Amino acid sequence: MALAKRIIPCLDCDNGRVVKGVKFLDIRDAGDPVEVSKRYCDAGADEITFLDITASHEGRETTVHTVEAIASQVFIPLTVGGGIRTLEDIRTMLNAGADKVGINTAAVVNPEFVREAAERFGSQCIVVAVDAKRVSIDGEPPKWEIFTHGGRKSTGIDAIAWVKRMVSFGAGEILLTSMDRDGTKSGFDLELNREVSRAVQVPLIASGGVGNLQHLVDGVLEGEADAVLAASIFHFQEYSIQEAKQYMADKGIEVRL
Amino acid sequence: MNKIAVIDYGMGNLHSVAKALEHVGRELDEQVEVVVTSDANVIADADRVIFPGVGAIRDCMAEILRLDVDQIVKDAIQSKPVLAICVGMQALMNTSEENGGVKCLGFLDGEVRYFGDDLIDSDGLRLKVPHMGWNQVSQTIDHPLWKDVPDNSRFYFVHSYYVQTQQQDMVTGVTRYGNDFVATLADNNIFAVQFHPEKSQTVGLTLLRNFLLWDGTV
Repeated sequence: MALAKRIIPCLDCDNGRVVKGVKFLDIRDAGDPVEVSKRYCDAGADEITFLDITASHEGRETTVHTVEAIASQVFIPLTVGGGIRTLEDIRTMLNAGADKVGINTAAVVNPEFVREAAERFGSQCIVVAVDAKRVSIDGEPPKWEIFTHGGRKSTGIDAIAWVKRMVSFGAGEILLTSMDRDGTKSGFDLELNREVSRAVQVPLIASGGVGNLQHLVDGVLEGEADAVLAASIFHFQEYSIQEAKQYMADKGIEVRL
Repeated sequence: MNKIAVIDYGMGNLHSVAKALEHVGRELDEQVEVVVTSDANVIADADRVIFPGVGAIRDCMAEILRLDVDQIVKDAIQSKPVLAICVGMQALMNTSEENGGVKCLGFLDGEVRYFGDDLIDSDGLRLKVPHMGWNQVSQTIDHPLWKDVPDNSRFYFVHSYYVQTQQQDMVTGVTRYGNDFVATLADNNIFAVQFHPEKSQTVGLTLLRNFLLWDGTV
């Protein structure tokens, strides 16, 4: 009897459709977010993460309606990320039915925003999303920096120091994406996840690189993640959530079956 | 008509709990109306009351007192079924360790404690705080709200503080996280849960359905 490790399917959404690109290229349509969310929920997903990659203002309106529709039909925790920049953005998403919001670029631009958000809405709904890229070369002690703008823009900020700072500002959870692995299907950056998990007291969601079910197991057992996030392996029915959970359970990981 | 009032005192997101109740209501034969409100008259008029809460206890208690929600809850627990959720449950107790110590409503006997920064499991592995995710609830006392909920079902938790009480006869469910803590309490027509039934999928919806059908007796 223990707390279960969580499996979180991630829906990258553009203008009201689920999409998934490999390294932000070759975007493939993967369905209606409400139907996809319901399907995952019924299949035993522990949470849903909705990542809005819509750029236009009109698209943002669509996103709010989509979040409302998902929240009315899916009774598991829902995290919404992408373009969260102000306290008003957070309020809008929480009112639409999100349980947590993911803050990424806005935290880098203004770290105090995370503090204000946690004070206003509570740490339990503030997830800081971190995109990290390895900057050390082989043979050197490992070192990662955080990147913004979908991994294109370097910040020079050390990833481990950053997550510690974000947690001290009130982040309730860390969503950690390895930009080296995202979209590659070669597995999580386990060393990165382990370093981050050990550096902070709050739960860690590992993201970026899942290509098979063993990668999920590795993320928990070696990466020491509290939750594992994946997108494409579920969207294109390579594996079902049930299969993923059963596989993890068979490897001795506590999951909600 | 079954009228459910969700007490709104400005703390956090009540959309989820309202949507979940409406969803459960649609699956029942009777008409269910869910109102999210801080209006004392509306709450007095309701058949059942939900007392939610998220965030820090100091802020919750400040708003409860500012909006006279303490009196509203007091009236409700004297007359109808009340379901307290998460910080709503904690607010019913005597005191909380959070925010350097906060006096709570004292409607139920017990204290709210911090999990601690050096919490470990039985294998000596570090446990993170907040306790976030799906954990099992062992049903220690039979209760109408447990109907059709399998023992040791997993519910969704997110909290860093938990209830402790000497009144063992109030404890209806316990969960293990480092140590056993009180997951659910019941006292006459009050049922209080540390987890979020509105986020706990099938078992959570079942518990909410049971609450909608509960007459407040055991």
